[in-house]
Order: sequence, then C-alpha cells, then structure tokens
Amino acid sequence: MYPENFRYTKEHEWVLVEGGIGTIGITDHAQQELGDIVYVDLPKPGTRVEQGRSLGSVESVKAVSDIYSPVSGEVAEINPILADAPEKLNEDPHGAAWLVKIKLSAPGELPDLMSAADYQSYIGAEK
Amino acid sequence: MRYLPKSDSERRQMLDACGVESAEDLFAHLPEAVRLRRPLHLAPGISEYEIVDYFRERAGENADGYASFLGAGVYRHYRPVLVDAVVSRGEFLTSYTPYQAEISQGTLTTIFEFQTMICQLTGMDVANASMYDGSTAVPEAAMMAARITGRHRALAARSVHPEYREVLRTYALHQGMPVEEFGYVKDSGVIDLEELERKIDDQTAAVIVQSPNFFGVIDDVKAAAEIAHRHGALLVVVFTEAVSLGILEPPAGADIVAGELQSFAISPSYGGPYAGIIATREKFVRQMPGRLVGQTVDTHGNRAFCLTLSTREQHIRREKATSNICTNQALIALMATVFMTVYGKVGLRELALQNTAKAHYLAGKLKPAFTGKFFNEFVARVGNPEAVNKTLLKKKIIGGLPLGRFYPELADSMLVCATETTRRGEMDELSDALRAPAAEEVLA
Amino acid sequence: MIKKVRSHPSQNEALLFERSSPGKGAWQLPELDVPAVDASVALGAANVRAEIPGFPEVSEVEAIRHFTRLSTWNYAIDHGMYPLGSCTMKYNPRINELVARIEGLAWAHPYQPEALAQGAMEVMARLEAALAEITGMDAVTLQPSAGAQGELTGILLIRALLEKRGSPRRKILIPDSAHGTNPATAAIAGYVVENVKSTDTGVLDLEALARAADGDVAALMVTNPNTLGVFEENIVQAAEILHAKGAMLYMDGANMNALVGIARPGDFGVDVMHLNLHKTFSTPHGGGGPGAGPVAVKKALEPFLPTPRLKRVRGKWAWDFKRKRSIGRVRAFYGNFGVLVRALAYILAHGGPGLRNATVDAVLNAVYIRKQLEPYFDLPYPAPNMHEVVFSDERQAKLGVRTGDLAKRLIDYGFHPYTVSFPMIVHGALMIEPTETEGKLELDQFIDAMISIAKEVETDPELVKQAPHSTRTSRVDEVAAARKPVLRWKPA
Repeated sequence: MYPENFRYTKEHEWVLVEGGIGTIGITDHAQQELGDIVYVDLPKPGTRVEQGRSLGSVESVKAVSDIYSPVSGEVAEINPILADAPEKLNEDPHGAAWLVKIKLSAPGELPDLMSAADYQSYIGAEK
Repeated sequence: MRYLPKSDSERRQMLDACGVESAEDLFAHLPEAVRLRRPLHLAPGISEYEIVDYFRERAGENADGYASFLGAGVYRHYRPVLVDAVVSRGEFLTSYTPYQAEISQGTLTTIFEFQTMICQLTGMDVANASMYDGSTAVPEAAMMAARITGRHRALAARSVHPEYREVLRTYALHQGMPVEEFGYVKDSGVIDLEELERKIDDQTAAVIVQSPNFFGVIDDVKAAAEIAHRHGALLVVVFTEAVSLGILEPPAGADIVAGELQSFAISPSYGGPYAGIIATREKFVRQMPGRLVGQTVDTHGNRAFCLTLSTREQHIRREKATSNICTNQALIALMATVFMTVYGKVGLRELALQNTAKAHYLAGKLKPAFTGKFFNEFVARVGNPEAVNKTLLKKKIIGGLPLGRFYPELADSMLVCATETTRRGEMDELSDALRAPAAEEVLA
Repeated sequence: MIKKVRSHPSQNEALLFERSSPGKGAWQLPELDVPAVDASVALGAANVRAEIPGFPEVSEVEAIRHFTRLSTWNYAIDHGMYPLGSCTMKYNPRINELVARIEGLAWAHPYQPEALAQGAMEVMARLEAALAEITGMDAVTLQPSAGAQGELTGILLIRALLEKRGSPRRKILIPDSAHGTNPATAAIAGYVVENVKSTDTGVLDLEALARAADGDVAALMVTNPNTLGVFEENIVQAAEILHAKGAMLYMDGANMNALVGIARPGDFGVDVMHLNLHKTFSTPHGGGGPGAGPVAVKKALEPFLPTPRLKRVRGKWAWDFKRKRSIGRVRAFYGNFGVLVRALAYILAHGGPGLRNATVDAVLNAVYIRKQLEPYFDLPYPAPNMHEVVFSDERQAKLGVRTGDLAKRLIDYGFHPYTVSFPMIVHGALMIEPTETEGKLELDQFIDAMISIAKEVETDPELVKQAPHSTRTSRVDEVAAARKPVLRWKPA
C-alpha cells in the first residue's frame, strides 16, 4: 500500500526523491480522511518552501487542510491535472495525482522523515 | 405574553419533568456575583396598538409630505407593490440561511436568479449573494484585489462616495493597505487621469473608481482600466445608483464591480438595511467573499441549488477566511430580485430613461457645474446651498445635498437628484426658488 | 395521531429566464411629464448600453406565481421550530414589519436635515439606552451591520484604546469552542490568533488563560454562555486575569438570549461586546439577512466608537461628526435603521419584566429538551446548560450513523435540523436551541421525533442515512457543486 521508496510525514504527506528533485503528494490515508476533494491550491513555480511549512491546501466540501512541505527548496513544477480534475487526488494519491516537484535545497532533511513501515504503524496507532 | 406559547400549567409540567421546583432554580448554578438582582430599568410591555402609536409619532417627527432632491448614494424610486407581497411571505421572511439545501430551495433558487441578474446587469461572470451594502463592498473588493495581486496599496478616486472612502480607510488601515486618493478634473468632473498615472505604481493592487460618480458624472472607466492594467493593478468599479445600469454601459475593463442595490425597491429607511454586491471575473471566484449559490443535482438527478465554495468562508477557514462576513442581506436581495423581475429587460431601460429625462429637464433650468455627462444627479452651483435649502424647506422641499461638508472646494454647490418619482411641478418650484442662474453667470 | 408533516403536492417551477419571452412585462410607469430625451445625446452614445441580454421578461401573474411557488419549497419559523444552536431562531413578530414600513420612517433619507429626522434619531437613542441597560454597559453604537461587523468594530475599539496606551499588542486569545467569525475577525483586524483550550468540563481553563495572558495579548474573545450552552463560571476571574495584564475582555453576544434580565455582561467584567439583533431581538433572518450587530462598551472605550454619534444639542438630537479619537466609520450612514426599528418594537412589546420572562422560558425549554433526550444521546459535557444543549452522536456513530444523518432525518419529521458539527470541541455535535417562542406541543413533537430517530438508528440505519425522503429534493451533490461551480444561469 505505502510505497517503500517514499518517505512520509506526520501530517500525511509523502516525498519521493530522485536526483535532487523531491516529488510531493498526500497519502492515501489523508485523502480518505478528507473525503471528496473539490479543489487543490498549489504554489507557483519558483516559490521557496521550507520543511514543515504550509505550501498550499487541499479542500473538500466542508474542510480545508494545509499541505506541509516534507522538504525545503524551490517549486520546480506543479501537477497540471489537478486544476480540472481534483478528484484524481482521491483516486491515485501516490501516483498520477502528485502535487508538486521541489528542487531540494537541503537533502540532509530526509532522514527526519518516516519510512513506509514507520508510517504504516503511525497511522495504525492513530486509529 | 403573546409571543410565549406556554401556559402556566405547561410550565409546571415541564419544571416537574426537569425535577426542578421553580424556574428560578434553573439559574441557581450561576455565581452570585454575576446575578442581576433588580428588574431591568425598562418600561413594562405595551400592546400592538401602542407600539404602532409610538412609531407613528416618531414618523411624524420626520419629514412628512416633503418633495426631495436628495440622492448622494440613496435614491427615491417607486417600490413595485409585488416586492412587499413576496418578501412578506413567512416562507421567505422567517426562513434561515439556506445551509440545509433540501428545505431551502426557495431561497437558494431566488439567490441563483439574483446572482444571474447581477452578472447580466454588470457584465461580469460571477456575482455573490450580497454584501452588507455598497460601502462595505468596497473594502472587500480592495482586499480581494490585494489577495489576487499579492500587492498591498489602493488608489481611490475622490469622486467615489465620501462615506464609502471613509469605510475603506477604516478597513484598510488594519490590512496594511495604504489608501491614496487622486482627484477629478475641475471642469468636467471626471477622474484626473494624469494624477492617476502619476500616483500608480507596481505596488498598487487596486484602482477604485465610481461611475456614475458621486457628482453624478459618468466617469472614464475605460481609461482608468487601461492605466490600471498597464501597471498590473486591478480595476474596481463602484456604483451607487443601480438604475443607471438600465441604460448605461456596464463598466468596461472592470475586474471587480462593487455596488449598492438600494435603488431596486429597498426603502431609504434612514440609511439601512441595504444590499451590496461584488461581481467579478470567473478566474477570481475563489477569492470572492460572501455566500455563493451553485447549481447541482440531487440523488435523483433533479436540478437543485446549494451554497457552495464554502471553504472561502469564516465557518471553515476561520482565521484564513476571505472575509469575516457571515450574515448577508438575503431578504433585501430578494426585494431587488423581485424589482428586477417586475421591470425586466425592457422596463428597467424605460425606468432609466425616465430618470435621465427628469434630471436633464432640471439641469436645463439649473445648469450643472460640471460638463461631464450625467445620469440622474448633478452638481448645481447655487452660491449658498444652506441658505437656499432653508428657503426651500418653507415650501416643503428638501433641496440637494450641500457639498461643502465633503468637498470644501465645492462649498458653493449642491448635489441634486431627480428620479421617475420627481414631479415637474417640484422641479419648477426648485428652479424658481433658486431664480435659475443664466448659463453665462455660472460658467463665469 | 397528527404528526407534524405529511407530503403535499409541490409544483415545479423553472427559473425566471426559462419562463421569459419578449413582449411580456410586469411594470407600468406614469407618462413622463417632462420632455423625453434621446439617450445617446443626453448620456453620450458610447455610454448607452444594448439591452440587457437574458434579463427576465414575465408578466405580473407569472412573477407572483414564480415567487410564491418557490416560497413553498422553504422551511421557515412560521412553519415550526428551528432547533439551531446559537442562532436563536425565535418568532419574528409581525408588528415589527408593520412599524418598519411606516412612511415617515421607511422613506427617511439619511441626509435629510436633522430637524426633519428627529423621529428616527429618537428611535435610535431609545434603542441605545435600552441595550445599554440590558447589557450593563456605558455606551452603545448601532452602526455595525451584523454580528461579524460588530465583532470587527469591537476589536478595532480595543486596538485603538491599547494604541493610545502605548501599544496595540499582537495577539488575541480565542477559546477552541468559538464561532468561526471570531478568529476571522481577529485576523482582519491585524491580530494573530492564539487558541485557548477548554477544561474537560467545557469551560474556560483559567490556568491556561493565565499562562497565555502576557503583555502581548490584546484581548480574550469569549462567548457567554459558551457554545455548549454552559455559563462560564470563571468569567469574573478571567476578566481579572486579563485586566491585570492590561488586556481586555470581549464578549460575543450571540448567546445573550440566556442572560437578558438575569445577568449583565457589564457587571461581570466585559469591556466590550456585540449583540445580534437578528438573534436575541427577534428581527427576521429573511433567508440569511439583514441583521444588525450593535456594540456596547465601557466608558474607557467610548471615545473610540464609530462616527457619528448621537448627541443632544439644545433639546434636539444631532449627529456628532467631530470625534477625534473615533476609529472612523465601519459603514456608510448610521446603521441598519430598519432592523433597529424592529428590535425596538420587540423591546417595547416585552418590556423589562417581559424580557426576563422570555429568558426564563428559553432556558426552561432547553433544559426540558436535555432531560428528555439524555437517555438517548450522549451528553459529553454534563454541566448545567442554559438556553441551548449540545449532545454528541457517539452512540449512533457506533452503528455507522452520524450527526449529519440524524439531522437530515429530522427533516422528515417536519423540523429544520439542529446545528451540526459545531462546536468543534465536541465530535459529532448536535447543538440544540429551542428559544422561548416554542410551546410544549412543539417541543414534545421535536423530542418524540428525536427519540424515534434514535430508535430507527438501531432498527433501520439506512433509512436515516438516506434521509430526507419527504422533501422536494433529496440530498444534493455538494461535491459536484464545489468542483465545477455553476454560479449563474446561461442560455443553452
């Protein structure tokens, strides 16, 4: 369920690092909690982000949730499909519905994040 | 008491069911220090008839049976009788905010129609379900522009309603939004484009103009739009006389329209309640404050309406909300909706033309101080407006608004308005009382 | 047994634009008594618009039928109870509508000479005095248009006073049980919001408050009784803690219906508060507004009140615009006068003793509901409640049914839902406020309905989860409405 090569945050974001670029998304657990997603608010390319700080938000009908960046750096790309089809985030949160790609400024941050196994027990404990 | 539907024996039954000896025991848990241990110093309750008498007496102490030439943001227009017939229905009057869509389709449908008509009227893509009034719609529009552009300064024309500008300043002060003003051209009464060009910069979020402006002059919105957009700012266009949109081109190049609908069957009522609107382009919809009604379907596929995009609002976003507004002006907006329905496409135009005809007839006798084209109000130079008004009052005429209180440079002038309700006889009396100055004298 | 609802035929009705056709109209204006004008000449050809595309064209008969049919799709107080917590949906007296329409009041222009506006000014002065007496405060402004605007005004007043004393400070404390307008207002006023937790009995935690109240806190915004319907028993001490640090106590007056004639905020340490005339003082909600949000203050804040203020000059009322310390205007003109008239009519009808009796009945009704429903619904905070009571859906949630479902099922019994999912400190909240204008018959029907629903949750949960079944529309697709917003009609 939770890809081994991702790393995870307590706020239910994931990040996949490949060659200095971190692809960020929210976890399946998060999209379930949110319910039907109606809108995703993402930063513009070029925006600087910091680990642990909000870079945007995800909206369902009755709630808004901040997206906290798992890593620091600069926004390189945002996923174009979410503007017209926010529901993809419910369907494929770990794959097609990634949110942003960040050019990492501090790769040393990664060990702070959870492994798939740790995240699995974290959400198990939350329940 | 006629509004308390419990008999004493019912109260007794309920107290027993609560296991309580007397009603006073229900408050026994309150700390003694907070208790009010004396009766309120208010007279005992009175009957309906006495209540009517009281307010009739107060009404008698107000102007009664006076002709009036006051406009300045609040206008005298006929109120079609259908308006009160509709809004007095208990289903509209005593209903709540339509959060529960299944039992509020009446309110939701009328708001959807309202939103549509405001778009048609203003030429914008989306409109909200009303703001408190025109004056508070202006700072809401300015804050919206700030959110959209990421900039923080506002530039407002002096010919925007003076009280609206005061409200803007009160709100803007705490949003870290400096508000600067630019003036009008002395002869024409339109905005001073050169001054606008000088004062606008790359930190300006919004340029705010009004048309017809406070002086009644139809302003140069297109030129203001060009300047604003060239500098990356948004253009906010304000209107206070909604009837003008029956004949005047909607504001070209506006990004946000902030207006007042009082002219649409909303009684002047000594200043409120009124209904403001914000209308804008599709791309800015998520930055709009206030309630929005959207179309959807129910589980059987039937068309239905509901409040939507609620995540902009205070009850969800809390401190990150686009505004703190909760209540809107639903019942007042409904009055406007019925008004727009009664007049309709052709009627509203005819109404606007009548207003134009009346005011231009009066202007022919008084000679406007500005050369700019106007709709139903204009500035007349009369020398000593306060003295003139004093004379007029003796004839039971309330003259125009002396402008000195808002524009010291126009202390010799008054703002006069004529609508479809103004009679020719009244206008003739007004101009006689002023001994209508000849054109040459005024322009000298 | 006659239940409260039965299905009735309801007519379909298209939108105005779908019923329009050229040549139909519902208006007639008198003939012009002045010469007609050529619009292009008078206004300038470039300024004249083409006709308004899509604007309605219907006859008077179609217009009245349209709105009448639509009105029958609404629930309203005139139909029955709205148990909405903190909304105080009480009866809207019809006499209020009549007096607000008296010509001399309804047609008064805000700029008409003061000598010809004495009646309107007297109404406002009388209402100010009555509200000051009811709240135990020193001065009242009637300018704010609604509760949220009243809150903003109140916070701006605090800011102005603190600024005069040296520093406006940076933070405002807000309990986690607060209404959403509170933090939104604090943010708009330029303050940073800090949440203060409640105790496990649901009231303000004095220790948490004492820890949080430092020299950088401008105020605590509190609702009393709080959103659980429970009186903040520590309010006097809370006020002392704040005042000792030079901070102020703001009270959100939304729940004033529990206090009128019983306790006055000015007496228990409140410095500034707002009132909701469309709640406590019976002015009609009209589908969402208008309202009015007067602000009442202690003497120290009076100089900062919005301009203008009423003053007495040689035996007459006048508007005082010369207020150097005023925060300015929060709206044009003087306030929602038409709403103020209705509120004063309400006060005159009840009178002093009557207002207190209304409060007693309001609390009795809510306590009665609590007692009857306690066996069926979880009550997370058992402290004595006042004019409203908050249950949670915990028992029903175990069977997969949530507060939102229960609320929808209540509609089938002929009632508007209670407030769902608020306050946030109660998971799955059911917030119920009957108000004093509900009689025993209506209350018993409501209680019977809630008990019946509780039983249905056990025997037929799907019936509850798919509710409502008897309404004109079934549950609407709010997700689609938010994903692809359609906010206006467009021609096909």
